[in-house]
Amino acid sequence: MQPANAKEITKLQELTYELKVEAAMTRNVATISPTATMAEFREVLRANRISGTPVVENGKMVGIVSIEDLIKALAAGELNAMVGEKMTSKPATLYADEPLMQAVSKFSQLRFGRFPVINRQGELIGMITQGDIMRAMLKRLEVDYREEEIHRYRASHIFEDILADDVALVFGYRVAARDFARAGEASSGLKKTLGRLGIHPQIIRRVAVATYEAEINVVVYTDGGEIVAEVRPDRIRIEVMDKGPGIPDIEQAMQPGFSTAPDWVRELGFGAGMGLPNIKSCADEMDLKSTVGVGTHLTIIIYCDGLQKTGSGS
Amino acid sequence: MELGEVLQIIEGKVISRDVDLKQEIQMGGGADLMSDVLAFAQEGMLLMTGLTNPQVVRTAEMAGVVAIIFVRSKLPPPETIALAEEKGIPLLASRHTMFETCGRLYKAGLPASSLFEGVLKQWYETFESKKSGA
Ligand SMILES: Nc1ncnc2c1ncn2[C@@H]1O[C@H](COP(=O)(O)OP(=O)(O)O)[C@@H](O)[C@H]1O
Ligand SMILES: [Mg+2]
Repeated sequence: MQPANAKEITKLQELTYELKVEAAMTRNVATISPTATMAEFREVLRANRISGTPVVENGKMVGIVSIEDLIKALAAGELNAMVGEKMTSKPATLYADEPLMQAVSKFSQLRFGRFPVINRQGELIGMITQGDIMRAMLKRLEVDYREEEIHRYRASHIFEDILADDVALVFGYRVAARDFARAGEASSGLKKTLGRLGIHPQIIRRVAVATYEAEINVVVYTDGGEIVAEVRPDRIRIEVMDKGPGIPDIEQAMQPGFSTAPDWVRELGFGAGMGLPNIKSCADEMDLKSTVGVGTHLTIIIYCDGLQKTGSGS
Repeated sequence: MELGEVLQIIEGKVISRDVDLKQEIQMGGGADLMSDVLAFAQEGMLLMTGLTNPQVVRTAEMAGVVAIIFVRSKLPPPETIALAEEKGIPLLASRHTMFETCGRLYKAGLPASSLFEGVLKQWYETFESKKSGA
């Protein structure tokens, strides 16, 4: 990833001033005592898969020892020497409350792989590498972009042109019983419509997957029904209503894997009892009500302004 | 990986009209259970399946699957092909089993569809689009 233009570079620079070292550092670092042997140090490196640790005595950092020191000790046959003799004392450090800019310039001046991070009392509280810095900045950039993107797609452009205190667009679809060849047409129509409204693709995907599973259920298990989607600037509500037979035990129906699907449905790739659980994982809110002999009413709510859930998976 | 490369790797055939072999495929996944596809597929995914009914195409449309390979030389009925052509989802056929078809593509470097990769990809796209848009 190379910053492509001046604007991007400025953004990264700004971030290095904005973010503090402690936001990027790793906490819980492995340490070693100056009285430990180099052989013990080798085990610490091995166990933690790291290439250096700070040397700490009575809570204060007294030095830093790295894999290069270990290699030298090995070459000299001094594995029994104390860490305190082989370490670099008074190592360069960074303060936790310094801006990342300090860290960036120290890395480029001193060319060390890592710096211990201390607080103003001189206690070691973390370590930082260049990788940590990159990760923290990328994470922050991602959050910023996400927010901008959410704003850009907030349902929707059309709503911006409508002057009213309260706006809702309602779309209705009929679903025919047992017409498997046409199952999915309602969901497909809704998906396209939401696309035209400029709603965020991730939101549309969750609506489409949830509505489609619900539509399949209406086709397979009921005497037909309808789907009504109400789109507001901040949320989409999908109601799926059918004319029976109803669900005798809703809790059981919601269990992943529970299914009463006949064989012909299984042969078509459905009927593994994952429909309602899939709907639940796509929805921000889900409500399933059913009366045997009367019908089932499923309500799915998905918010447009939070992208709370990513993907349709759990 | 481009769809044309996919075709070579699986030694397959194109079975729907107007297929753009330059189309980019991000990742792949195999399943015969459509609810599984709905649960794990990501935008940009290639689906390997042994089912050929039209709901496979519907599922692909809902889940963001961009192309479908039917394994073990199964040919879909005309309704499936018609729906796929309407939705612009290319259909390919492979004479190999599900295992071998997926294995060949995986070995050639097509990543598996997983939640993590999907999230990463979205993230990169956002980043790239911001970069070129700004
Ligand atoms: N609208 C409905 N009317 C009656 N029964 C339903 C309805 N939706 C779901 N069910 C019942 O709940 C069970 C679980 O549904 P679902 O989780 O979608 O899995 P699957 O459809 O694979 O069986 C179904 O097998 C069926 O018995
Ligand atoms: Mg179902």
